[in-house]
Amino acid sequence: MFRNAPRLLSRAIGYSSSISRGRAMSDLPAAPTVDSAFVEAWKKVTPNIEPPKTPLSFMKPRPPTPSSIPSKITVNFVLPYQSELSTKEVDMVIIPATTGQMGVLPGHVATIAELKPGILSVHEGSEVTKYFISSGFAFIHANSFADIVAVEAVPVDHIDPSLVQKGLAEFTQKLSSASTDLEKAEAQIGVDVHSALNYAITG
Amino acid sequence: MAMAATVRREGRRLLPIISSSPNPSRSALISDELGPQGARSISTQIVRNRMKSVKNIQKITKAMKMVAASKLRAIQVRAENSRGLWQPFTALLGDAPSIDVKKNVIVTISSDKGLCGGINSTSVKISKGFYKLNSGPDKETKYVVLGEKAKAQLVRDSKKNIDLCITELQKNPLNYTQVAVLADEILKNVEFDALRIVFNKFQSVVSFIPTLSTILSPEVVERESESGGKLGDLDSYEIEGGETKAEILQNLAEFQFSCVMFNAILENACSEQGARMSAMDSSSRNAGEMLDRLTLTYNRTRQASITTELIEIISGASALTG
Repeated sequence: MFRNAPRLLSRAIGYSSSISRGRAMSDLPAAPTVDSAFVEAWKKVTPNIEPPKTPLSFMKPRPPTPSSIPSKITVNFVLPYQSELSTKEVDMVIIPATTGQMGVLPGHVATIAELKPGILSVHEGSEVTKYFISSGFAFIHANSFADIVAVEAVPVDHIDPSLVQKGLAEFTQKLSSASTDLEKAEAQIGVDVHSALNYAITG
Repeated sequence: MAMAATVRREGRRLLPIISSSPNPSRSALISDELGPQGARSISTQIVRNRMKSVKNIQKITKAMKMVAASKLRAIQVRAENSRGLWQPFTALLGDAPSIDVKKNVIVTISSDKGLCGGINSTSVKISKGFYKLNSGPDKETKYVVLGEKAKAQLVRDSKKNIDLCITELQKNPLNYTQVAVLADEILKNVEFDALRIVFNKFQSVVSFIPTLSTILSPEVVERESESGGKLGDLDSYEIEGGETKAEILQNLAEFQFSCVMFNAILENACSEQGARMSAMDSSSRNAGEMLDRLTLTYNRTRQASITTELIEIISGASALTG
């Protein structure tokens, strides 16, 4: 049904992007990259201006869920200022979810996980790369794609232990002397991050 | 006496031929000075002044183009690196610009400085078009404006619909923390069912694509995933961590907003510099052409005055001898 949907849509509307027509000819059962309902509604209201594009048209479509479990999991690890890993095929990823360290293997059930400050380790064959990430989100899709979005990440060997100790002491002291809820929350966050950093260097 | 009269008539005949070129730049130089025979001549001084000012303008616009090119190089790298940031969210939640909700908030991103071509007008036109698209009974659409230029245009006719106005974004170099604080402010002050971000995506130095990103509030996401449709398989995702699904969805929506905003602001800044580069480039080219035309006029004027002098001398000499 989905395979015919783009073909039918591109026949029904006069304005059809060549992308969706091309999609109908190739065999991908994916949604068309142009939301036709939006384009139609737009044309009715403002016929003189081209409708704006939407992010879906700028993205490569994801492959559908395969029937058998693939051997590798494809990881996208992105930060605001850099895409650390993009579509890298690895054996296993261990992510620091709020409920604890979670290992992700190919064929993992689809999950949305909120991350706490901790170590993210990527296992590829025999080599392991460890990053310390501040919080973020991880999405694991049914087609063995893992998207990890974090705000900051550093390789573990870039962390300076003396600064970590200093920060931990400072925030513990702030926590004990905090008066308002906001100050307490901020100090608590500082303590959490620094103790996780401490654990990362020592553990 | 008769010969002087013929020479005078000839002189008058010569003048119109010299200064009859249909030069558009001449129309602005009309400071007609009456010459010796009552004929008009344009002073070379005026043309020279105009040439000097046009040359200065050309230099300024060329310099602005260089500055914009260097700024573009710096920010393009960052924008391209941040492009991976919104893709996971779109991969998870899909993209539904045609979704029907009651409260829409349109976040229009524009520049603070001008002279950047038509990108700000495009953003405002798209925002207004979207406003019209989503107007209806018991539907509310509000604006949040980032940047002076869009504010100036939207304040004119939609003043009561603007919720928040944020300017001077680029005073300090853009970074994620700043955008996160901004996103926090917007989320605190504005109620929304769906947030629409309008910006110009940077495709290349000469092409900027107006883009509309949609972010749904957690309640709408919940509603859509339960009713099936585009977000139908969101339910199949297990939720790790947090106490309830609603809390996770709330955090997810806020995080998505800040990530998408960060990318949008960077892309818009890139587009602004690119548009400014091409605007300044065409401006300096126009100034160059204007300078060429003025140079021709100047030479013609100069030669005309020399010829006039020669005529006077010769006619004077022939009057003496003849």
